[in-house]
Amino acid sequence: MMFDGSQASLRKFLSDLPPVDQVGADARAAMLATRSIKTSSKAWAIDMAISMVDLTTLEGADTPGKVKSLCAKAVRPDPTDLTVPSVGAICVYNDMVKTARAELDLIGGKSIPVAAVATAFPSGRASIEVKKLDTQNAVDAGANEIDMVIDRGAFLSGKLIQVFEEIQIIKHICGDKAHLKVILETGELVTYDNVRKASFLAMLAGADFIKTSTGKVAPAATAPVVLVMLEAVRDYFTMTGKKIGVKPAGGIRTTKDAIKQLVLVNETAGDQWLTPDLFRIGASALLNDLLMQRMKLRTGHYASANYVTID
Amino acid sequence: MSRIDVNKTYKLFIGGTFPRSESGRVYEVKAANKKFLANPALASRKDLRDAVVAAKSAQAGWASATAFNRGQILYRIAEMMQGRADQFTEEIVALEGVTNKVAKLQIEEAIDTWVWYSGWCDKLSTYAGSQNQVAGPFYNFTTPEPLGVVAIFAESKPSLLGAVRTLAPVMAGGNTAVLIASENFPLPAITLGEVLSTSDVPAGVVNILSGKTSELYPWIGSHMEIDGVDVAGLSKRQEDELKLVGADNLKRISRFSTANHPERILSFMEQKTIWHPIGI
Amino acid sequence: MSKFEYANAPESKAIANIATNYGLFIGGKFVEPKQGKSFNTINPASEELLAKVGYADKSDIDLAVKSARLAFNKVWSKLPAKERGKYLYRIARILQERAREFAVVETLDNGKPIRESRDTDIPLAAAHFFYHAGWADKLEYAGFGSKPKPLGVVGQIIPWNFPLLMLAWKIAPALATGNTVVLKPAETTPLTALLFAQVCQQAGLPDGVVNIITGDGVTGAALVNHPDINKIAFTGSTDVGKAIARSISATKKTATLELGGKAANLVFEDAAIDEAVEGIVNGIFFNQGHVCCAGSRLVVQESVADELLEKLKKRMSLIRVGDPMDKNTDLGAINSKEQLTKIREISNSGDAEGANRWSPEVKLPAKGYWYPPTIFTGVSQSHRIAREEIFGPVLSVLTFRTPGEAIEKANNTMYGLSAGVWSDKGAKILWAAKQLKAGVIWSNTFNKFDPASPFGGYKESGWGREGGRHGLAGYLSSEAKASK
Repeated sequence: MMFDGSQASLRKFLSDLPPVDQVGADARAAMLATRSIKTSSKAWAIDMAISMVDLTTLEGADTPGKVKSLCAKAVRPDPTDLTVPSVGAICVYNDMVKTARAELDLIGGKSIPVAAVATAFPSGRASIEVKKLDTQNAVDAGANEIDMVIDRGAFLSGKLIQVFEEIQIIKHICGDKAHLKVILETGELVTYDNVRKASFLAMLAGADFIKTSTGKVAPAATAPVVLVMLEAVRDYFTMTGKKIGVKPAGGIRTTKDAIKQLVLVNETAGDQWLTPDLFRIGASALLNDLLMQRMKLRTGHYASANYVTID
Repeated sequence: MSRIDVNKTYKLFIGGTFPRSESGRVYEVKAANKKFLANPALASRKDLRDAVVAAKSAQAGWASATAFNRGQILYRIAEMMQGRADQFTEEIVALEGVTNKVAKLQIEEAIDTWVWYSGWCDKLSTYAGSQNQVAGPFYNFTTPEPLGVVAIFAESKPSLLGAVRTLAPVMAGGNTAVLIASENFPLPAITLGEVLSTSDVPAGVVNILSGKTSELYPWIGSHMEIDGVDVAGLSKRQEDELKLVGADNLKRISRFSTANHPERILSFMEQKTIWHPIGI
Repeated sequence: MSKFEYANAPESKAIANIATNYGLFIGGKFVEPKQGKSFNTINPASEELLAKVGYADKSDIDLAVKSARLAFNKVWSKLPAKERGKYLYRIARILQERAREFAVVETLDNGKPIRESRDTDIPLAAAHFFYHAGWADKLEYAGFGSKPKPLGVVGQIIPWNFPLLMLAWKIAPALATGNTVVLKPAETTPLTALLFAQVCQQAGLPDGVVNIITGDGVTGAALVNHPDINKIAFTGSTDVGKAIARSISATKKTATLELGGKAANLVFEDAAIDEAVEGIVNGIFFNQGHVCCAGSRLVVQESVADELLEKLKKRMSLIRVGDPMDKNTDLGAINSKEQLTKIREISNSGDAEGANRWSPEVKLPAKGYWYPPTIFTGVSQSHRIAREEIFGPVLSVLTFRTPGEAIEKANNTMYGLSAGVWSDKGAKILWAAKQLKAGVIWSNTFNKFDPASPFGGYKESGWGREGGRHGLAGYLSSEAKASK
């Protein structure tokens, strides 16, 4: 369409995007945070949020046992209440993909995708060969989704085409086996203008999802950053007719945070994006808070953490 | 036989030129000793209309001149007046019936008034503007800007100083002016036009009409292109009437009690406040 | 039907203790009007009666002015400035303490969304008192001479669009500079002013320093014409402003006038489009467009007009119109039947003159006064909707080709209250801000207010400034000007 694959045309395309005014974007996000979501709409939002959670463990101390227990939680977040939906996906390092896939298949979670972080997550500082192998390994192990990181160093030094081509290469490896989520690490891109440019760059290069953060860098999925990314997918849809998903990750810990995210989606990209196919929330602690709030709504009294499982 | 003097024809000053009244009318001005002095033009409402057109079209240019440049021009007026001190002395002595010494004092004060307002031109936003500490990520500042076209009824006496101390502040603020000379003591104000025309003042920035105050003030009050009025030369009754009709376009109408004061400038300026976000 | 419907989230009315009857607040007490007349104030969102309010006539006004004069002579002008300031601090604090109650009453009486009264009107009103409290004992450093003097008794008349906030804009600087006041709130929105009278009582403000009289335009005119008033401060329509200017033309009274506007919101092609859309929405739909400085004319560069309008329409479809007490409502009720009639009349002229009307699909409640968010495209400068102040949620869209043309169109009005400029280029913004003939220029933002920021208009949008250091001038006697 507007881009022929050259560095020059990519730069031109990205610099022609409208700028983002930081104060205005912050104000819009803050205004949407005042939406008051009560009763029936809250119940709907909690279940929607649960079904969008990419239940994540990305620790050096991860073990097969830990991953298996997370899988159990993913399939049946609240073993005492089977009306609670399963989560959107399990998100792990690539050496845990096999374990996660096998466990999910075993316990009735066949439909729950396994996402693997890849391309030398979280820093992305490795040769392209390593990144390719990292991805190939994960896909071979049965990953349904690849959460790759972009080369922020290359982006910030203006080597946009390098970032672009890397995404294309990883996309090629994913093929039709795995969806590609591209992590921008917005905390390192710093400005909203960069977030918008990186979002479009990733979408042009073939991302199925654009994702805010690794969860290892703060700030992560702030409301205005998610707002800017939701505007990007909305505008990309207007341009191309293709719907790209958005995944905020990092810092979303409470039901309130999650509902604010859903309001952002609803009033920015629109309610067509209110599906786990197009919106995910990368989190670990969030799920338990959603479950407690769900109990509160159902029973009418405040819940205790003793009634939700730790995993 | 002694030489016959060549007397000056006192004309209007409109858009940088010196026309007669379109009406062809003049009126007689007598000296303090009742002798004939001159037949200055008796401006009509059409002359007023032309003067306002000239002032309006000169407005944007004068307002956008740098304050430094405006200050230089006001100072140049002082220089030119100094050079014409003798001529003004003669006029004032004849017209007001004062001594040479008194007339000279008036001229000196008028010259010093130009110098004083010249120095104000580039200090107005420092003195009367502000940067405002609003509660939010915004840069916010207020700065005075010219009002537009200001009509001035010059004070009668002192005849020169009364014109200068009303005109200089209006010009210093970046406005263009239509000055109505004192009906009974108009000559120094008219001669002032000659000074202005040789002082780098752009055409139309100042326009000077002589004539009957009582005939002109209702038209000034109702003229929708006039933004402000200094009513120094009007009676209280005339001022009240001018305010009544001036309400139609909410003219800024003032009368001042002190001689030189920055408020004389600022009363014919608007304060503009500008907001801009601070972000990356 | 959206997947994600927001359930009703109504703010509780329980906190608002609205009496069935209110008298006039004169000399520190609520008193019955001499003629015993009263009028109704209703909730414009439901047309339900909220309270009966005393109708002040000439004799009541005379009493109020006498009480203000007495308070000025005997108490307020003798009080050390520092102590005067402390009363204002007290008022600011009490407003903060009772903020929710004020927000609820404001929304019930005015029809504005609770989100706006809660997040904008009431906090800003308190901030105004806080800001001016600090000035009370520092006036000699304000740049108006070493011994600035108050004017005396000030008559203040405020509109219905921001009832408590406009009260604060008026009373806070008047009191800080040492004047006493007689204030008349608008006929349709008297309740928060009457609640404010209770705040004055709680603050222990000396009797007569603040007097609040309720009534209609006749009451206001009587206040303007009272011979013992030193100054009039008025916010409202340009027509009434001019009438006041005429009324006081042969008197010693001075005036500050904050009048109408028809602000242009200029959007250049290099603007941050998404934020510009937000700014346009905020510019014209904030407070149902009942804002004198509303960005009621969108003047957009032709090269981005289509894209911008498409985004604007999408955004407008998300505006939540309805119950003002619902915390999620963006656009509340039109303040009165009279105002609704006026909005309809001018908007209909837009249809008649050939402009194209567009509104998102909205369900308007059956009871109360409502108008959908509306834009007109294909508007030319000569259309009434491009020239007259509509004071409602109606935006006229015009286009321009060059920066010079943008400025010409923006300035082509008798008003000069505010303007907006949207561009990512700093030099262009400063250039445009300089050319625009308006008292407030919002660049890359709109409808921002702050007690430290002077507000007021060029041309027929008024006389003087309110807020900031500049706003004090209108309440202090001038060193240089002759008083008659």
